[in-house]
Amino acid sequence: MHTVSRRDFVVVLTSAAGGLLLGCRMGDRSGAPPAAGAGSSPGFAPNAFIRIGTDGRITLVMNQIEMGQGMYTSMPMLLAEELEVGLDQVQLEHAPPNDKLYANPLIGFQVTGGSTSVRAMYTPLRTAGATARTMLVAAAARTWEVDPASCRAHQGVVTHAATGRTLSYGALADQAAKLPVPEKVALKDPKDFTLIGTPAKRLDTPDKVTGKAEFGIDVRLPGMKVATVAASPVLGGKVAGLDEAKAKAIPGVQQIVRLDDTVAVVADHMWAAKQGLAALAIRWDDGPNAKVSTSDVVQELDAASKQPGVVARKQGDAAAAIAGAAQKLEAVYQVPFLAHATMEPMNCTVHVRKDGCEVWTCSQVLSRAQATAAQVTGLPLEKVVVHNHLLGGGFGRRLEVDYVTQAVRIGKQVEGPVKVVWTREEDVQHDVYRPYYYDRIAAGLDARGKPVAWSHRLVGPSILARWAPPAFKDGIDGDAVDAAIHLIYDIPAIRVEYVRHEEPVLNTGFWRGVGPTHNVFVIESFIDELAAAAKTDPVAYRRALLGKAPRARAVLDLAAKQAGWERPLPAGRGRGVSLLYSGWDTYVAQVAEVEVSKAGEVRVHRIVCAVDCGTIVNPDIVKAQIEGGVVFGISGALWGEITLKNGRVEQSNFNNYRTLRMNETPTIEVHLVRNGEAPGGIGEPGTAVTAPALANAIFAATGKRIRRLPVKDQLRST
Amino acid sequence: MATLNINGRDVTVDVPADMPILWVLRDVVGLTGTKFGCGIAACGACTVHLDGQPTRSCVTPVSAAVGKRITTIEAIGETPAGKKVQQAWLDLEVVQCGYCQSGQIMAASALVAKTANPSDADIDAAMSGNICRCGTYVRIRAAIKQAARGPAVGKGA
Repeated sequence: MHTVSRRDFVVVLTSAAGGLLLGCRMGDRSGAPPAAGAGSSPGFAPNAFIRIGTDGRITLVMNQIEMGQGMYTSMPMLLAEELEVGLDQVQLEHAPPNDKLYANPLIGFQVTGGSTSVRAMYTPLRTAGATARTMLVAAAARTWEVDPASCRAHQGVVTHAATGRTLSYGALADQAAKLPVPEKVALKDPKDFTLIGTPAKRLDTPDKVTGKAEFGIDVRLPGMKVATVAASPVLGGKVAGLDEAKAKAIPGVQQIVRLDDTVAVVADHMWAAKQGLAALAIRWDDGPNAKVSTSDVVQELDAASKQPGVVARKQGDAAAAIAGAAQKLEAVYQVPFLAHATMEPMNCTVHVRKDGCEVWTCSQVLSRAQATAAQVTGLPLEKVVVHNHLLGGGFGRRLEVDYVTQAVRIGKQVEGPVKVVWTREEDVQHDVYRPYYYDRIAAGLDARGKPVAWSHRLVGPSILARWAPPAFKDGIDGDAVDAAIHLIYDIPAIRVEYVRHEEPVLNTGFWRGVGPTHNVFVIESFIDELAAAAKTDPVAYRRALLGKAPRARAVLDLAAKQAGWERPLPAGRGRGVSLLYSGWDTYVAQVAEVEVSKAGEVRVHRIVCAVDCGTIVNPDIVKAQIEGGVVFGISGALWGEITLKNGRVEQSNFNNYRTLRMNETPTIEVHLVRNGEAPGGIGEPGTAVTAPALANAIFAATGKRIRRLPVKDQLRST
Repeated sequence: MATLNINGRDVTVDVPADMPILWVLRDVVGLTGTKFGCGIAACGACTVHLDGQPTRSCVTPVSAAVGKRITTIEAIGETPAGKKVQQAWLDLEVVQCGYCQSGQIMAASALVAKTANPSDADIDAAMSGNICRCGTYVRIRAAIKQAARGPAVGKGA
């Protein structure tokens, strides 16, 4: 979803780029958040991101949402750096839904995801801050009748250096609001940054260690009821029958809402709702997918992989070069369906009235939450108020609004506000899953083992065609082929083909690391196969192919050095390397060290990452994102798997959808490259780079090549 | 009708005896710091203390809490161990999304309260029931050590 080639980006941007510029323009207050404190002076609000009250209160409005990735610190750092205020002086506010004011310029609407936030907002938010600061300085200069150039802003105060006179931003707010917004403002020279590039303390965490932080699921309203739901366990199924009387006999159960494919029990509290749902003993008409199992899905993918796809990258004649090569290798790689399993289960609170609808939730796509509520209720957009909250994890799951749509459908039948909370079982079994991908890959090597040709055909659905149709172009899903088309190794002939194969049995969507989580596993595993076939060290083999990619080579060298790549390991242990590059403008090299027991259990001991994400806004948050991304990647690589039997998801909770725990967590070292390159994405890469490093380490330890994820019990037989 | 001692205060609630403490806290009393994660004691997000013992509130009926002291994340900072843990969490920037952290802090506070100098094995034993999908485990481990021993010399995480 960080979308496609630049070429496609431009198209998306063309339709949307105006939004943000407009949002920064004085006078365009349509949809701007109301000033804090009813009846107080609006003060100064030069753009949609900054509000300065005459009381001196500085409010920054967060268009990018906070789901743990640190945006409620990084985004204020960008604003505060140029506004010349301290982070301790600002208050944050969730932006309301408004694509015009709060679009993510890299994607075209109000969305947080795809490792785009810093890349997208680095310049716009700095510009927003600089614009406000310029106007506040101008207001002070006018008051003092001096040249603005002789005034300086610092920590929310403008000082006239020559006379030592000072005025606070609050005192200047009213006057600044009357000034024209400058067409152009000067941004600070990076060497003068005092915030950007520092490990500033996170602004969202103090409330998160005391239980005060409010997530979507924590909403409480007067008269609110709590509902829990069961949607058809088979996609496309319908409710056939249920025992309403039994559920209603449970104390606290208020109402049963029956939709065609979903049942909700509305109660005084979640406990009654859960018990009521169990008592309903719902009978389902499973519909056309009633008999589908994972093996059926794989069979269809395999068949599709034998058909030619749309060519996504072509360089030379790969087929001919492979045919004429001294050595030929080919392989099939597979990655499974995956659930997100955010710690906060899906939830949404709604109050549907005749004349309006109010929604309280947590979403990565707030304007879409508003749009679906409007569509379900038939109300105009402006009658739908959406309040966003902190997200208890996103990982791509909350790029979907199915849980909002569902809650509004239920809320239409409920008097007063109702909070719809999914059980963990409902959450795991009704996710919008990372697709199952099936790849055929081949390469030809010359007599010395060097690759002369590379051919990669990948098969999977197009998430973008559903989620952002304009980004699906010429039959190519830019996310599905991301990293595959960016293959960085110096290989004369390259062919990448995409076979679109839609999945009728499960809804599929973005999962942390998105397209590259799949493609980097395939590419970096296969390049390792080539190195092994060439009897060459995996780092040296890669390095020799990176002559034209100095940033990639630099992170590879750094990771190898820090990991002690050359140091011998005891028997049963192995090191594996992987390299990440994609449309995120970030380079990561990882070295994983694993141990495989005689019983075939994998223990990950140590992960070393070298990261070049260009300009760094907050190095500690970058490190945290890599650490977390690695943990997410290990869970997925070792155990993550959603399987189907009779159309039903077989996993249901953390007891059978296994995720990494404290006792299984390796040491994780993150080494940052500091340079002045443009900022790259950082939320996704840690996950995307991990599985191949583990698989390659397993190969080094055991000689067994992992071509299908998860690793799970594949090593048991060896 | 049951009288519960929650964070040092007596609260009378009219709920079924088998209702898990989690839902009494969240949906009846209105203390939402304690989180729902799995409902089957598999993730630890709902951890509270019963007389100082870390307890999975999602599977513990309210009847089991009568006559005991319930402590939640909202009040753990009033205990010496809880205060140190919260501070270490902030010092080392453990938190990402934060949803599991109430449970993590409750589990860690119980460990730090009873173990002066927790080893890695102690930390594994006390904390492996608490899942964090953001993957903050490396920092949690470091923060527990810091809370127990004071700031480490040199690098924390």
